[in-house]
Amino acid sequence: MKAAVILFPGSNRDRDVRMALAASTGRDPLVVWHKERDFPEVDLIVIPGGFSYGDYLRSGAMAAHSPVMREVASRTNKGVPVLGICNGFQILTETGLLPGALMPNASLKFVCRDVHLRVETSQSLFTNRYQAGQTIRAPVAHHAGNYFADDATLDALEEEGLVAFRYCTPDGVANEASNPNGSARNIAGIFNRTKTVLGLMPHPENAVDPLLGSADGNPLFDGLVEALS
Amino acid sequence: MKARVHITLKEGVLDPQGKAIRGALSALGFKGVNQVRQGKYLELDLEESDRARAREIVEAMCAKLLANTVIEDYSIEIAE
Repeated sequence: MKAAVILFPGSNRDRDVRMALAASTGRDPLVVWHKERDFPEVDLIVIPGGFSYGDYLRSGAMAAHSPVMREVASRTNKGVPVLGICNGFQILTETGLLPGALMPNASLKFVCRDVHLRVETSQSLFTNRYQAGQTIRAPVAHHAGNYFADDATLDALEEEGLVAFRYCTPDGVANEASNPNGSARNIAGIFNRTKTVLGLMPHPENAVDPLLGSADGNPLFDGLVEALS
Repeated sequence: MKARVHITLKEGVLDPQGKAIRGALSALGFKGVNQVRQGKYLELDLEESDRARAREIVEAMCAKLLANTVIEDYSIEIAE
C-alpha cells in the first residue's frame, strides 16, 4: 500500500504518522508539500495533525484552500481514501469533504491527554480490525475539537452509520464526563457518505506501541494496509 | 472602497468564550449582562469602486473563506 502524507507549514504530527504508516506498510510514505498541485498516485492520503498556517482565521481554514487540497478533493471524489487526524479533521470539514465543524473546546482549554473511544462500526476500511462497541485508548491534543453540526446533520450521521468513534468511559459509556471537548453526541470521528474519508480528533498514530501508553491505534493502520493492498 | 465584515456565531451555536467574558464582567462588578456573544470584525480595502460589485465580491469572500457558514453568520457594510 502506498500512502501520501500532506505537509503544511505548521503540521507537527507528520513524522508520527509517517512512522506509524512505515511500521504497518513496510515502506516510507510519500510526503507532499502544500504547494504541490499534483503528486503520484497513492492508495491512501493522510492529512496529519498540527497547526497548519498557525490556525489563522479558523483551524484548517487556510489549509482548506491550499493548492494541494484541490487535488486531494478531486481524488476524494474519485474514491481515493483519505484519513484526516486532528488538524486533518478540521481541514476536511473546512473543505466540505466532511460535514460539520470543529469549534474551540467547551472548556476553552487545550486538552492533551489519553481518552477512551468507542468504535461504533467495524464496517469500514479504517475500522475493519476492530469490533463494533470495542473500547480503545488514544491521546487527544487539541484546542478546537468540539464537533458541531446541526441536529438534522447529526441525525443523518447516526442513521447512516457514519459516526466512527465516540468519546467514552473506559467501559464504553459515552457520557458528559467522558467528553473532553464538548463535542455533539460525544463524536470523536466521522466518515463521509461513502466511508472512504475518516476524520477524527484523537491520534491513533500516537498509540502504536505499549511504550507510548497504548498500541490501540495499530489495528487502524494494519486494517488499512489489509484493505488497500 | 472599504468593506467592513462582522462575523458572528449563529444563533443556537454555543459560545463558550462569550460565556467566559460574561463571567469576567460579572466578577468585575458589571452586573445585568444577560449574554455576551463574541465575533470577528474585518476591514477590507478594495480596489473596486462600484458599491454593488464590491458587495458581491465581499459576499463571495465570506462564503468561500472569511466565514464558516456551518457555524457562523456574516454581515457586510460597504463604506466610501
